[in-house]
Amino acid sequence: MLENLAEKRRVLIVLGVFVALGVITPFLDLFMQSLVTEILVFGILAMSLDLLLGFTGLASLGHAAYFGVASYTTAIIMTKEDWTWTFAAFQWADSLGLGLFYIFIFALIVATAFAAFFGFLAIRAVGVYFLMITLSLAMVIWGLAYRWSAVTEGDNGINVLGRPSLFGLSLESEMPFFYFTLAVFLICLGLMYMFVRSPFGKTLVGIREREERMQMLGYNIWLHKYLAFIIAGVFSGVAGVMWTLFNLFVSPPDIELITSAEALFMVALGGPATLIGPVIGSAIIRSLQQFISIYVERWPLILGAIYIITIMLGRLYGVEGILGLFSKFRKPAAPSETPEG
Amino acid sequence: MANGQSGLELENVTKHFGGLHAVEDVNLRLNLGERRGILGPNGAGKTTLFHLITGVLPLTSGRIRLFGQDVSGWPTHKRVALGMARTFQITSLFPKLTVLENVLLAVQGLRKMKMMMLKPLFKYKDVYEKAEKLLSDVNFWHLRDQEVRNLSHGEQRQLEIVLALASEPKVLLLDEPSAGLATGESHEMANFLKSLDPEIAILIIEHDLDVIFGVVSHISVLHYGEVLAEGPSDDIRNDPKVQEIYLGKAD
Ligand SMILES: Nc1ncnc2c1ncn2[C@@H]1O[C@H](COP(=O)(O)OP(=O)(O)OP(=O)(O)O)[C@@H](O)[C@H]1O
Ligand SMILES: [Mg+2]
Repeated sequence: MLENLAEKRRVLIVLGVFVALGVITPFLDLFMQSLVTEILVFGILAMSLDLLLGFTGLASLGHAAYFGVASYTTAIIMTKEDWTWTFAAFQWADSLGLGLFYIFIFALIVATAFAAFFGFLAIRAVGVYFLMITLSLAMVIWGLAYRWSAVTEGDNGINVLGRPSLFGLSLESEMPFFYFTLAVFLICLGLMYMFVRSPFGKTLVGIREREERMQMLGYNIWLHKYLAFIIAGVFSGVAGVMWTLFNLFVSPPDIELITSAEALFMVALGGPATLIGPVIGSAIIRSLQQFISIYVERWPLILGAIYIITIMLGRLYGVEGILGLFSKFRKPAAPSETPEG
Repeated sequence: MANGQSGLELENVTKHFGGLHAVEDVNLRLNLGERRGILGPNGAGKTTLFHLITGVLPLTSGRIRLFGQDVSGWPTHKRVALGMARTFQITSLFPKLTVLENVLLAVQGLRKMKMMMLKPLFKYKDVYEKAEKLLSDVNFWHLRDQEVRNLSHGEQRQLEIVLALASEPKVLLLDEPSAGLATGESHEMANFLKSLDPEIAILIIEHDLDVIFGVVSHISVLHYGEVLAEGPSDDIRNDPKVQEIYLGKAD
């Protein structure tokens, strides 16, 4: 028997939506093209947090730390001419059309290192202590960005002059960069989708549901949470690299608490443990911010209101997020997957 | 069933919670293939003893050996990997996952493939086959797609044991398997326990005397954390001291 059809249909629908997005976006105006690109970038960040919050049940309030580390690393290696070695290496890679690979590898190694170190400090803590530790570690990153001005330009932020090309293809204008972002997004989505369906991914759900039982079944809970934390940090780093390449500018406000909190809202609003839900959350929150914050300065207040509405929806209908609400109205319990053959 | 080889050995095992002596100087030996019961009134320290054996709580003093190895300071997952499994007095399943998903997690527990991150779980046929066998053995296969929270209490109590059996343990600790069951269901539970592979050594905590006397050969009686009496089931049943403190109370 094949794996269940409902799942196949879901995958096809999701792919269909992104193909449609690829077809439609060139016909949108520049503002909308840039908004769609931004939604995808933050979609990667939100999905990566979903690995922790939705699947593992770990509410990190500092997930923007790895996003921040990677986005700053990207900006620094592209602009910091007095760091001769990294800059020369970047120039050389760029001249071969491999500048982007250099950036991704470099920035993701740095993000991974930070996630591995911070995760080591945070994972033993539970509940609100985990929240506080992740928050304060992220504040350290923000503090570095703000204070270590010799490298980060402090308050002023770092301006990046142009994007590296991909195998000689220029990504300077909106559309090529949108397609590049879509490709990176789909690779991340695909990898994370495989991850959550793998044996290891399933253990995270088990830990979320009943940690004491998982321990008694022979799982090293700490190790599983720790690896999940690092992997989520790496994908957060991918989003960070994309943010700098997209925005061509990075400054401390990009990586402060509100970015972590927004990512949490995206997951809660769209539907935790669904991967796609957080992307919907990203679409809603980023669009709202673009359209509303032009008129209103109280963005955090609006975010708070959205969050409360999400919680109320959950209380009223017993569902989590928009995807949960959606599937509530068309849900015969899906049979579980059975092996092929 | 005892073949004399040691499965589990407790040596002067002690646990204090501040001034409360929850477990005091307990000695106990469970040989491979042997079945022993632990009786005791509420708060006697029975569950705490299981927490100590499995490493959920650290010892205050004493020593625990599993298959001859001193595991006193080991984390839970390492002890489990040696061939030990345990059920919980308060049902501890994955309520929002299906019956099959519950068992799959249990089957994966001691296999290396649990760390694999890219290939989907459903491609691991041997894991599914094992899960199917476990569920078929207890006639639960038709329930496989039910969420566990929708099962009856009796079914949940049985699934609790199925999860523990998934790793093919050589030592099995059962904490009141019949907790909350009606009389008829307790009988079924007793029969189920009797039907388990005789190779598995079992240490079982029970309040329901019918369940325990039918299944075990030896019993230890705990009272205020101490072993008050120990011996073959029938001797314990007739021990006047035991009747006074325990059997009398359990109506
Ligand atoms: N974590 C803990 N901290 C402090 N005291 C505890 C802790 N766990 C158990 N106790 C106390 O230790 C004593 C033994 O508890 P335990 O749960 O082992 O009893 P039990 O024999 O399993 O009882 P029951 O038959 O009700 O399940 C009780 O007085 C209990 O209140
Ligand atoms: Mg107990």
